[in-house]
Formats: sequence, structure tokens, C-alpha cells
Amino acid sequence: MRDVAVIAFAQMPSVRAETVLNDVEMLMPVIQDVRRRAGLDQQQIGFTCSGSTDYLSGQAFSFVSTLDGVGPWPPIQESHVEMDGAWALYEAWVKLQLGELDTALVYCYGKSAPGPIHEVLSRQLDPYHVAPLWPDAVSLAALQARSMLDAGKATEAQFAEVVARSRRNALNNPNAQLAWDRSAADLLAEEPMVDPLRMSDCPPISDGASAVILAAGDRARELCSRPAWIRGIDHRIEPMALGLRDLTVSASTRLAGEKAGIGDAPVDVAELHAPFSPQELILREALGLGEHANVNPSGGALAANPVMVAGLTRIGEVAQRIIDGTASRGVAHATSGPCLQQNLVCVMEGEG
Amino acid sequence: MAKERVAVVGVGQTQHQATRGDVSMAGLVREAASRALTDAGMTWQDIDAVVVGKAPDFFEGIMMPELYLADALGANGKPLFRVHTAGSVGGSTAIVAAQLVQAGIHERVLTVAFEKQSESEAMWALSMPIPFQPPLHAGAGGYFAPHIRSYMARSNAPDHIGILVALKDRTNALANPYAHLHEHEITFDSIKDSLMLWDPVRYAETCPSSDGACAMVLANEAVADRADKPVAWIKGTAMRSEPTMSADRDPVLPRGGSDCAADVYRQAGITDPRRDVDCVEMYVPFSWFEPMWLENLHFAPSGDGWRYVEDGVTQMDGDLPVNMSGGVLSSNPIGASGMLRFAEAALQVRGQAGEHQVDGARTAVGHAYGGGSQFFAMWVVGSDKP
Repeated sequence: MRDVAVIAFAQMPSVRAETVLNDVEMLMPVIQDVRRRAGLDQQQIGFTCSGSTDYLSGQAFSFVSTLDGVGPWPPIQESHVEMDGAWALYEAWVKLQLGELDTALVYCYGKSAPGPIHEVLSRQLDPYHVAPLWPDAVSLAALQARSMLDAGKATEAQFAEVVARSRRNALNNPNAQLAWDRSAADLLAEEPMVDPLRMSDCPPISDGASAVILAAGDRARELCSRPAWIRGIDHRIEPMALGLRDLTVSASTRLAGEKAGIGDAPVDVAELHAPFSPQELILREALGLGEHANVNPSGGALAANPVMVAGLTRIGEVAQRIIDGTASRGVAHATSGPCLQQNLVCVMEGEG
Repeated sequence: MAKERVAVVGVGQTQHQATRGDVSMAGLVREAASRALTDAGMTWQDIDAVVVGKAPDFFEGIMMPELYLADALGANGKPLFRVHTAGSVGGSTAIVAAQLVQAGIHERVLTVAFEKQSESEAMWALSMPIPFQPPLHAGAGGYFAPHIRSYMARSNAPDHIGILVALKDRTNALANPYAHLHEHEITFDSIKDSLMLWDPVRYAETCPSSDGACAMVLANEAVADRADKPVAWIKGTAMRSEPTMSADRDPVLPRGGSDCAADVYRQAGITDPRRDVDCVEMYVPFSWFEPMWLENLHFAPSGDGWRYVEDGVTQMDGDLPVNMSGGVLSSNPIGASGMLRFAEAALQVRGQAGEHQVDGARTAVGHAYGGGSQFFAMWVVGSDKP
């Protein structure tokens, strides 16, 4: 495999609702920022790949207008996935493996605010048997949380501890949307919102965008003094139907982690895309992260959860820490589909 | 770093039809995928990864339907990927799948593209409201008709060229059992007399709206060498994108298409496309795109694309057959149409195109485009290992 690294990362502060700027206006400063950090203009970038979904913008072909903002002239090599930006990064990583191009721009964006996001996500479900029941995303996550409790794999107190730590960490993250310092005991005193989930166990609704620049081999070393080398990246999917899976484990995360080589060496930092607090516990177990692991120093998806973006942002947050020299080796995770159906794991490392 | 060789070892497609009321979406994709696996002499277990492509999810009313289709596509425990590059998606999906093999990440990749358009109203999903303007067009044809008129003005093409293309493609489709439209009674006059929708594009020169799916199994050299049937070696792949609106661009003869073709021909060692290519499956949803793309893809000199049509160059018995399968004019499940072009090109060089086979085809081009003539995906396939 060719050595490919994240050499730049940019994001906008996630907000409850961006009511003034449209999706493209919201994204453009992020793209300009990431290019500036890499010292590249669009024509110097070999490949461009983005992740977004029409169901957030409410418009078919929405990614097309966005690409106009990126400035694809003269014509560029470009692709798009109807997936979180983490998977757009995967496609760009594959493209760079072929050896013909040395750099890639990956971006993603989405406004969850305009529509009822938890109902919108129900449109992903089995259209014939499940979607007509309109099970919202919070209720599905609550079923998963209930499975954890019933199996004795976790307690509500442990959920609250995840929440307390994540939102406290977010106080150090200028891009986080929801950050406060409250004790787990305090959180446990809340009434459940969708039993057994409390409101604090749930992610905020976020509008956001993020972007990454990838570079290969010596080009990465030219552009960045300490590239975050992708040592392994893999993604796997499970059946969608909740009844076909053990919701208390994430088999696809475990497998993706193995394939990405997470077991090869300890990690200093982990950014896990866990929009609901019980999911962090599931993912920790799947990736073999013990209780002392440094998980979600950014606050994770509980602090900011722009749909289609939060996954790429996890990769960016780990990469930035490696680039800055505050971490040597880290793992980032992204998820898609109801209750952790599909998962991507990316292991990165700095040199020296 | 050297790329692995990659070949098409299996092709499958559904019976394309206005409404496939007999299958769910899962049934539709499985029909195509099962056929591709059977053609490849493989089972679901043999596949390492699945790459799915389709056009906007508003066409079916399901957000990211590949998530729901993971079971139907045998993807449990495997990587499942979803490409969406507007109308070129069927082609770009095949290219992403090919790259997984070329990069040495997987040995056998199943790629599927589909659309179940009957579950929505595709025409209106294609008519994007532009803020602060009255609606200027309905349907994709309304968007493209001015481009076509511009081509006609620039090239002095006679009015009937589009009719000739439609007649050819729909006649070709009669020999393709999977095609949606089988118009046994079609004639030059029946096309000419059909309702004018977006001048100069008549109803009978317009693509249908179809439910359908296409699938291929792509494999590396070690696997392809052991295949029972002839394989189609992928000799080049390319993609280009350009803006919807830019003072520099020419939407009639887009530079993106021209650059994409030049790139893929260079990879495949094609220096004289008209001579070196045996047949072409290009994305022609409205008849006039055939002469336009013949020029854009360097088969015909500028301004002469329409002469090739008039002279019969692109007929089945012509020098450069185009759209032997009947093309997009005969079947258009939008998300699948690009992959159908790529797959039909592969069938040709494998000698597997049945009654629409071009004798002795050894090098074929597959082409897909999308958006406002701004996204291009192409591949060149050949009978001989590169």
C-alpha cells in the first residue's frame, strides 16, 4: 500500500442552525481554510471527493451546486458519495493508492436543522416494513440502549459518565456546539426523554462542515512537517434490521478495526462517532479501548453532530493531534445507518 | 506503484421496464447481481466488497437505500460503498469498483447500479427550481434542448438527424431482450410525427423512464485468468467534472467530456479513436446527443458528428457501431444507465452480446455523463490483456 497521510484539516464551528448562509456558503470558508493550511489551490489538487445527502438539503442533485463553489475549472477529477465524508476520504485514499495522483481534497457538509432530522433519518429504513412506522432515530438508539441494560453490559450511570466526560472535553473545543461541566450524578437526575435515554444522552442537532487534504509519500512530507499517516483504513456493514443483529456489540467495527490494524500498537487517542452515549461503550469494546483510553477529547458527536460530517471530523480531530505533535498514534471511527449498522475505522500515526 | 490488472468477469442486468411491480428494490438489484455472479461462475461468498451506485434518492423516496439493501447484496461483514455522481453514476461506480481491484485492496468486487423510478416521479425530481426565476423547463429534456439547438446552428445539421438516431437505437433494441422499449412498429415517420416535447426533441426521441439494474463482477488478473468465459480487460478509466455555470465552459461540447476521452484513450493506447475503437456504448438520452458526443469524444471532427449519423457510420453494420444495445434511448433506469453502457461494452469484447454483437469487437468504449453535461465517466475495455 502507498503511504498516504492527512496533512490538513478544517471545520466550521457546528451550530444549532445556520439560518443566514446556505449550505454552499456555509461550506466554502472551510474548503478555503483547508486548502490554505495545505498551501494548495484547487488546480494543484489531484482528486476531489465529497460526502453529502440530498435528504438534508431537500433537493435532488444537491452536491452539484456545491461543486460549483469548489471551482472545478479547468475540469477536475472528482467524485461524490451519498455517505458521510469519512467514506469520501476512503474513496480518495483508494484513488491515491493507484499512484497517478498525489493529493486529494475531501469535504462534507450538511444542515440537520431545516427538517426534523430524527424523522428524516427514518427514511433510511426498510421502505416496505419499517419506514411506514416512522421509527425516529432517538427511539432506535433507545432500543439499543435498552439492549445494553438488559444484557447487563452497561448501567445508566455509565451512559451518564460518557456524557459528562464528552461535554466537559468539549469545553476545550472551539468548534463544539454543546459543552458544559456537569456531573454524571446530576445528569442521572434528569427524567428520561425516550426511555432509557435522557436528553443529555442524545446528540445535538447540528449544521456543519469539515474538510481534509490527503497527500501521498514525499508530497505529504513537502506539504506538512508531521503528516498523519494512514496506517490502515477499512469499513464494514451489517444487516439493517435491528432484529438480525446483537445491538450490544458492533461486529462490523470490530472487524474493520482488525483490518485497519488497530491491534498492532497502542493508541494515544481515539475519536469515536457515537451520537448516543451507549454507543461509545459499544465501540470502545469493539476496538479494544480500555477505560483509560483517551476517547473523544473533542467531545465527539455528543458535542457536535452534523450528519454526514461527524465521521470525517473524527478523522480530522485525530489527524490534527498527530500533526500538532500531541499524539503519536490514533484511531478514528465513523458510523452510518441505524444503531451502528455500518462502520469505518482509520488508524493514523505520526513519524518520529 | 504498479496497478493490478482488472477485468470484467461477469455481467448481469434486469428486464428493464416502466414499472417492475413484480419486485421490491431488493428483488430488482438481486436479479441483476445474481445474474452477474452466475455469469462469473461465482457465489455471494466469493465477493470481497460491494460498490453500489444510483442517482438521487428522491427518485425512490428512500434515503441511502443501499443501507437497507445490504442483505440483498450479500454485503454482511463486507465493505459496502455508495457512489452518487448524478447521471454518470453508473459509470463512476464501475470505476470506483475497478480501482479497489487495481489498488490491490480486493480481488473480486461486485458492483451494482439501479433505479426503481416507478416508485417516484422522476421528471419532476429532475426539474430543479432555481430561486427567483420562473420555471423555465420541465424535465431534463427542457434543460438540454437549447444545447441541441445550439449544436444544430453551429454545425448546420439538417433537422432529421435526431430522428435517424432514435430509429437506429430503437431498432437495435429489438435485438436486446433486456431493453425496456421494443417498438416493432417504429419508422422514420412515426418518430417525426410524434409529439414535439422540447423543440427539436420529440417524444419518440426521448429516453423512457425505466425500472432496472445492472451488475458486474470485477476481478484481478489471477482470478480473471481462471475464468471459464472470456473476460473484458479494463484498459483505461477516467472521470472529469466541470461547473454547472461558468463563463469558460461550453455545455454543448464540454471540455470535461473531451478531456475525459483524451485521458482514457491515452491509458488504452488509442491514438485514432475512429480506427482503434470497434464499437461504442455512449450515453444518449435524447437523440441529438449521438452526433454531439461523437465530436466530444474525438470520433468525428468538429461539426461532422451529424454526417456520421446520416452516412450510417454508427449503424450496426457501419464502421463504428454506436449503442448496439439500444442505449439510453431504449432503457433508462437513470442510476443504472451509465453502468449499462460500461457493461454492454464489456459484453461486446467478450463476444457475449448475443443478437446485438458486433462481429470481431475487440476494443469498446463505455461512456456516461450526468448533470448539466458536466460529469463524465468513461472506460475502454478489450479482449486482450493490457
